[in-house]
Amino acid sequence: MLAKLQKPIAGILLILIWVTAAGAQSNTAQLPAEMEQRAKALFTELRCVVCQNQSIADSDADVAKDLRQIVREQIVVGKTNEEIRTFLTDRYGEFILLKPSLGWHTILLWGSPILVLLLGAFAALSAGRSRGDAQAQPLSTDEELELKKILGQSKD
Amino acid sequence: MIVELGHVALILALSLALIQSILPVWGAATNQSRLMATSDVSSVGILFFISVSFLALMWAYATSDFSVVNVWQNSHSDMPFIFKLSGTWGNHEGSMLLWVFILALFAAAVSLFGGNLPDKLRANVQGVQAWMLATFLLFILLTSNPFKRQAAAVEGQDLNPILQDIGLAIHPPMLYLGYVGFSITFAFAIAALMEGRIDSAWARWVRPWAMGAWVFLTAGISMGSYWAYYELGWGGWWFWDPVENASFLPWLSGTALLHSALVMEKRDALKIWTVLLAILTFSLSLLGTFLVRSGVLTSVHTFASDPTRGLFILAILSAFVGGAFVLFALRSSSLQQGGLFSPISREGALVFNNLLLSTAAATVLLGTLYPVVYEAITEDKISVGAPFFNLTFGPLMIPLLIAIPFGPLLAWKRGDLLGVSQRLLFALGCAVVTTVVVGGFVQKGQWLAPLGIGLAVWLMVGSFAELAQRAAFRKVPVATSLARLKGLPRSVWSTAFAHFGVGVTLLGVVMVTAYETETIVVLKPKGEVVTGEYTVRHDGYINRTGPNYTEQSVRLSVFRDGKLVSVGEPSKRFYPARQMPTSEAAIHTFGFSQLYVALGDIQNDGGVALRVWWKPLVTLIWLGTIIMVLAGFLSLSDRRLRVGVPKRAKGKKGKAVHAG
Repeated sequence: MLAKLQKPIAGILLILIWVTAAGAQSNTAQLPAEMEQRAKALFTELRCVVCQNQSIADSDADVAKDLRQIVREQIVVGKTNEEIRTFLTDRYGEFILLKPSLGWHTILLWGSPILVLLLGAFAALSAGRSRGDAQAQPLSTDEELELKKILGQSKD
Repeated sequence: MIVELGHVALILALSLALIQSILPVWGAATNQSRLMATSDVSSVGILFFISVSFLALMWAYATSDFSVVNVWQNSHSDMPFIFKLSGTWGNHEGSMLLWVFILALFAAAVSLFGGNLPDKLRANVQGVQAWMLATFLLFILLTSNPFKRQAAAVEGQDLNPILQDIGLAIHPPMLYLGYVGFSITFAFAIAALMEGRIDSAWARWVRPWAMGAWVFLTAGISMGSYWAYYELGWGGWWFWDPVENASFLPWLSGTALLHSALVMEKRDALKIWTVLLAILTFSLSLLGTFLVRSGVLTSVHTFASDPTRGLFILAILSAFVGGAFVLFALRSSSLQQGGLFSPISREGALVFNNLLLSTAAATVLLGTLYPVVYEAITEDKISVGAPFFNLTFGPLMIPLLIAIPFGPLLAWKRGDLLGVSQRLLFALGCAVVTTVVVGGFVQKGQWLAPLGIGLAVWLMVGSFAELAQRAAFRKVPVATSLARLKGLPRSVWSTAFAHFGVGVTLLGVVMVTAYETETIVVLKPKGEVVTGEYTVRHDGYINRTGPNYTEQSVRLSVFRDGKLVSVGEPSKRFYPARQMPTSEAAIHTFGFSQLYVALGDIQNDGGVALRVWWKPLVTLIWLGTIIMVLAGFLSLSDRRLRVGVPKRAKGKKGKAVHAG
């Protein structure tokens, strides 16, 4: 029963959007609260493609208005966020995503914070350990040499 | 005539800088004190000539001399006088001149205040500063000459309207004082590597100058953030924009530098790391300059970028950064390490601080450069925007923020975590109560924001734990406690206030991120919109003509409980000379919160679209940074750090370690 009604409801909502959008700025068009919240969250993740570093949530450019319109429509016809992102990247390229998708091409980008943190922690701990055990005693000659070696390696 | 004088002065400054690039360094290498002493004179000379040059350009702007290309391109005779003056650096050429002017200022500072430095160190530092001065002067003279003449034009092309604001008068000079201020720590790091040794004079010098640069950088970034907030007209205060990141990167590593230099000064440890951070911080400043000036990055803030100059700046960048790192690789092992410590100690806490700040800097750097490199390799464009930075930078900051109150309470060398935790019980209690009250009663089940608020409270209260402990309230009579507080070194107060400021900023960030509301309406005259406790009424349109723009504003009245509490006039301006519109928001401040109203398009039927934001506690974001800046000044006024009293500092060193 509900499934049957979905289409007409979507249709009505779409008309509503169009009417309000025509009457005022398109960003004044409102969806039911839950959908609107989803739309707003998506807006902040999408780039206004002609602007300099603005999301479509922030921009007043015509493209941003159109994009907001598209996102709202897609939500109304029942697309998931993932489907909407795919739909938009097919049209505008990955450029439109302010949060780049996780993939081989962005593995370095997403992975590096953790990698740097782990490497840094490891370096700090091992530097601390090789000196820390001695507790206020100067390093032995061997340790001194090893430290030099470690430091020497880190130069590369 | 005056303009030509400015040009000649710039050339003279370059010649002096070239001389200073060689003589003092040569003198240091061959132990000739007369050669080393020359730089004390030449660096003051350079400052003099660059000042003349800078004033000459300012003169050209003040008198609207449109026979100067630069003035013609960026000024207008109808502009208010203050904007004419600040327009001097509201363009590429002028801002580069301001850049070297400040560089010369810091170079001369070493000559004027550095009498207590070992001669060789001072000579080498001044040599390195001269290399930078010469390079950037050459860059200006060859590619960005602000004094170029043309056939006089009747009227200028006007300054970018967004820059016609008091913000331009203050923000770039502040930011550059910070950016370029780190050139001094860079020069000290290079000089230390050249000599292969670091002594106590090094640390005594580097920390206050790093603090000075940091103070200005903090103020500059904060000021820029507020400027963008009110001027760009969509109510954001931080956009993770490449240009913002460019200024934020040296801030992150500079903050790390301040903390690691503390370890070096007090405990003689982390020397190599501190030198590396000093190099990194200024390298990031240079990178920022390169990114902004070359047009490699597009941004909401960049003005007058030009890709043809990019190569030159890239060459400068590679020479200085590359050279510094090669030198570091070759010489850092000759620096003596000292001062052992266990992981749970003040030093350990500061290493933790450095680890997280450096990782955060690496993350922001990668996020900023990734799209540029990616496009160069694959010819595909991707974006790395705010959602990426929020997801990566945010989690990195949380452990750091939690750790802040612990740091100052831990003892040097070996600390007692349990004992310290007990002293923080009061702060923890405050944080938990706040979280539970906000989450349980006000928000009813939404926990993320209440936890953030709790963290802010933890920071604000916990920052004063050291003071409370030192004063020993409840253990000794109140009068004794107060006397003890008064007797504490200013650096202890400074630490407490700086960390308190971080908490204040965090509170503002959490509040505005979680509880901001936005209402978009179309209002006709006499129409009203209700936002929370406030009602905004449209009182009609006003059309005005400004000196170099036309303006259409809406008169607004703001009511609370039926009483008029504020009026405002958000407007749309149009600058005919540049054919550019701008939007001026109306901002109403109530306590620490703000009601922010921006105008949309005016409709044909007489209505106007209004975006009305309620921004709870938003001003705390900037107030917190002001507290940090004041704390920085407080630290600079500490007797131990005051430049020019080295002998006393030397004599008190033992005591200082104990007190710190």
